[in-house]
Amino acid sequence: MIAQSNPSPPPRGSASHVVARSSAGDADTRHGVILYVENVSVSFDGFKALNGLNLYIEDGELRCIIGPNGAGKSTLMDVITGKTRPDSGQVFFGQNIDLTRLSEFRIAQAGIGRKFQRPTVFPRHSVFENMEIALPTGKRVRDTLFARLDGSQRDRIDRALEVIGLLGKRHQVAGMLSHGEKQWLEIGMLLIQEPRLLLVDEPVAGMSQQETERTAELLASLAGKHSVVVVEHDMDFVRRIARKVTVLHEGAVLAEGSMEQVQNDPRVIEVYLGA
Amino acid sequence: MHGRLESIASLHTRRGWLAFLAITLTVMVGLPLLNLLPPAGGRLHLPDFLIPLLGKFFCYGIVALAMDLIWGYVGVLSLGHGVFFALGGYAMGMHLMRSIGTEGVYRSKLPDFMVFLDWKELPWYWQGFDHFWFAALMALLVPTGLAYVFGFFAFRSRIRGVYFSIITQALTFAMMLLFFRNNTGFGGNNGLTDFKRLLGFSLHAHSTKVSLYLVSGAALALSYLACRFVVSSKLGRLLAAIRDAESRIMFSGYNPLDYKLFAWTLSALLCGLAGALYVPQVGIINPGEMQPSNSIEMAIWVAVGGRGTLVGPLLGALLVNGAKSVFTVVYPEAWLFLLGGLFIGVTLFLPRGLLGLFDSAGQVWRRARKRPGPAHNPRSDDEPAATLTPMTPDGAAE
Repeated sequence: MIAQSNPSPPPRGSASHVVARSSAGDADTRHGVILYVENVSVSFDGFKALNGLNLYIEDGELRCIIGPNGAGKSTLMDVITGKTRPDSGQVFFGQNIDLTRLSEFRIAQAGIGRKFQRPTVFPRHSVFENMEIALPTGKRVRDTLFARLDGSQRDRIDRALEVIGLLGKRHQVAGMLSHGEKQWLEIGMLLIQEPRLLLVDEPVAGMSQQETERTAELLASLAGKHSVVVVEHDMDFVRRIARKVTVLHEGAVLAEGSMEQVQNDPRVIEVYLGA
Repeated sequence: MHGRLESIASLHTRRGWLAFLAITLTVMVGLPLLNLLPPAGGRLHLPDFLIPLLGKFFCYGIVALAMDLIWGYVGVLSLGHGVFFALGGYAMGMHLMRSIGTEGVYRSKLPDFMVFLDWKELPWYWQGFDHFWFAALMALLVPTGLAYVFGFFAFRSRIRGVYFSIITQALTFAMMLLFFRNNTGFGGNNGLTDFKRLLGFSLHAHSTKVSLYLVSGAALALSYLACRFVVSSKLGRLLAAIRDAESRIMFSGYNPLDYKLFAWTLSALLCGLAGALYVPQVGIINPGEMQPSNSIEMAIWVAVGGRGTLVGPLLGALLVNGAKSVFTVVYPEAWLFLLGGLFIGVTLFLPRGLLGLFDSAGQVWRRARKRPGPAHNPRSDDEPAATLTPMTPDGAAE
């Protein structure tokens, strides 16, 4: 029932490789692809948010996804992270982990991190405590009742705080941070989680010029170690970081390629400028 | 072992521990001595009736802690905690009924209400309650089990907020109707009462009352420390994080269901314990304890004291119940109006409860003292400056 259709892009391997258990192991990326989204459709009350969408993200790639409002960008993120179940189609993490069968927290454990559009941090916890929660340690109730941080974990948090420029505010309550700092804290929490794949939804919304530049640098430096998918409206920002851009329109891929190719594509121009 | 001790010691600051010890000693040694040593009627004498009353308040205190754990820290407002309290109480009441022996009105081996219903033998679910250990175990297990099953389905279906509160109200109401039925086998309307003794000690003896008071006080102190341990752990920080941003918790790889369920069942366990200690001190348990209004009252204690502080809800439980004891004697018709007014007033004007009020006042006071006053009169700076000092929102930044 798996992997019989859709032979065109990278092969996901023979069916015997495909293990879709609820306890996810490591994503198998022997074919160089970390995320397979194949023929995915989602509809809400008759509205087709995603319409036979195909998307492949390579291991270590930095990909930008753009598209007008309602193109299905957020729905795509929701499908990958388990918040929304597709009506049809397949979503695989590596060639072995079927994301449509895992709950949100299992998908996070499998190695997919997500940054929300609106910065989502724990407002009444300190910056340090926010990072402590994100740390990839025991996630079960009995692990956390007696958990105490050791020296190396503290160092690790401090190093991450240094990267995101919040080391000096480690004891401040996160709710009192500026908007940009919250965005950074959330990115820091994602980094310390050490995901294989990072989904980043509008990371520079509401950021100052300087903050935007630093964010661009940070995201670009992540590629290679992590695979990063960025959804963004800010075209300057996309131009700065993107090597490959995917344009969504009406729930499907309209164009894919370098920023230049995409910008000169008449269909893209029509969608963005024609209306 | 050393690590454990250290982590327990770090629950409080040195001053916090001193306060805890001082209060525990006063309650566990000071007050009983004031009751037992000075001659009755003397000025220093603590009247006998206060002992079971305070013991009862301690049980309410345990309930307040339980409510704060799930409402203050996890943000889940239960308006049905009375049912867990009552089930703990019923389990203990069943043992007390069995301990009456043949001294009931009908001189039967069966509890009086069963004779009245013309039952010939003990129903199966009354078996085992002759033993104290079994009843004590059931007082904890039955509320916990019910909470686990109820919580599992409610949290798994992601029922939150006011919807959750409403079904907990429905739960306690439904259980009340069930227990009102005579055929359910728990004494119907009248409940279980006319108890004689517990573990061979007469419940009417003053020494037994003092003992029950001491056991309740100890249970309260231990419950407080246990709750403090939970909320100070990483688990506690996760509970509060679920309250503030559940989706982020999920995308950090935690299953919120497990965490909510843990706090919820622990909360029910504490209520069961409180109910079991309550019944021998008041001498009766009936379905009235499952009235929706009782559970709402429990939420009011927590709101009045200050959510998410443990100490606040304890204080709230003592103050509200103290006021209730006075008012229901002096002016009984006004009590419910006062209670309702209190709830509305606290919600509108004191979102952080009495403890939050003290906290803000303390901050204003400290800041006023820190501020360098006019050079010629350094002592006068407390008074007018205090009212002008702005308060930080939530008093959080430091």
